[in-house]
Amino acid sequence: MREVPAQCITDTVKRLCIEANYYLNEPELTALQKAYREEQSPYGKAVLKQILENAEIAKNEQIAICQDTGFAVVFVEVGQEVHITGGALEDAINEGVRQGYIDGYLRKSILKDPIRGGNTNDNTPAVIHTRIVPGDKVKIVVAPKGGGSENMSTVRMMTPADGVEGIKKFVVDWVTQAGGNPCPPGIVGIGIGGTFEYVAYLAKKALLRPVGSRNPDPYYAALEEEILELVNKTGVGPMGLGGKVTMLDVHIEFYPRHIATFPVAVNINCHAARHKETVL
Amino acid sequence: MAEAINIRTPLTEEVVRSLKAGDSVLISGVIYTARDAAHKRLVELIEKGEPLPFDIEGQIIYYVGPAPAKPGYPIGPAGPTTSYRMDPYAPILIENGLRGMIGKGPRRKTVEEAMKKFGAVYFAATGGAAALIAKSIKKAEVIAYPELGAEAIRQLVVEGFPAIVAQDSHGGNLYKEGQRKYRAE
Repeated sequence: MREVPAQCITDTVKRLCIEANYYLNEPELTALQKAYREEQSPYGKAVLKQILENAEIAKNEQIAICQDTGFAVVFVEVGQEVHITGGALEDAINEGVRQGYIDGYLRKSILKDPIRGGNTNDNTPAVIHTRIVPGDKVKIVVAPKGGGSENMSTVRMMTPADGVEGIKKFVVDWVTQAGGNPCPPGIVGIGIGGTFEYVAYLAKKALLRPVGSRNPDPYYAALEEEILELVNKTGVGPMGLGGKVTMLDVHIEFYPRHIATFPVAVNINCHAARHKETVL
Repeated sequence: MAEAINIRTPLTEEVVRSLKAGDSVLISGVIYTARDAAHKRLVELIEKGEPLPFDIEGQIIYYVGPAPAKPGYPIGPAGPTTSYRMDPYAPILIENGLRGMIGKGPRRKTVEEAMKKFGAVYFAATGGAAALIAKSIKKAEVIAYPELGAEAIRQLVVEGFPAIVAQDSHGGNLYKEGQRKYRAE
């Protein structure tokens, strides 16, 4: 058994919360620069110019890219040969979120009771997805998710008869209707298959892939490209002001389905597709 | 895009009526922040006939919940939040003198109708450009509901706050016009 101290997990989560909120990853930045070059709408171009300048300011001054520093969504893969010592895994993660959001001057957006309210004042708890995997490593991904784009997300229990054409229409209609609300141009995460709750998880997981990456299955890779082309014909454009670039990418994750069901989920990410990861 | 128009708060009806969807503006002067929770309280005060925590006549409300300020900064990153959540409250504020709103994303028909009837304008700022927008905010002070944290009402002093007229007081709508223009069949 390899021992990993809980303190080490806390320190890592803290660092990842801050870094994810201050610095965009290279693939996302490159995609935004390309979008700026290719956008034809003057409003769209102006928006993209501001987005790029903003990323530069955030990086140089070490401040958050967006004031909505999100719900801290944490994906952890724990190797089954690992023994976490000195505390519980989830407590260690939440302590990292608490320290990261306080010390990093990040916004505290979490209400402890969804109906009765009351801010937790430290942005905890995180939403934690844990998997036990082979090996003796711990992989941690922190993906802060803002409310604006999360609100423009949905799960639909389609029917097998809807087929792939049904999926395309559903996604394109959904992105069109979402318009400028989810802060386009961002990423469309699509989950297909599994069950009601699992398909939403797949759509979220799809957002973690770098912009420009393709599903390893060629069929789904081609479908990603086709849907990207379709959403970029909607005219929604940067911030919904009209333009050629509505989304930077479309990512699909799939899973086997029950013969009677055809679940599809759409989770939209804003242009600040924030995620940072580390392997311990 | 034509050159940006400089406007100063409080806004007169004349200035509001002169603005057209698609105009770029740079806003200077005092503006107020409010989002979901604060809007609910403001509308409750109006319904009870009680005074608001600030004089709303001619003012602009910015839909924002800023991040905390680092030492030496007047405010943390402060980009717009999505406006449709304030749609149920906006018409009554407009009826009571509000002249402008800054946010992101389109407004519903009832807001558009109130904007036309009473003379108000809706500005779009770039969502997620929070660090850049914060550069135009020179002062920030919580003036009501400090217990709401990021959702408290703040009085901001802004200089050259960059925005675009997204929906004007004549029914002009940049979201509709812009998207129609770039939609491919």
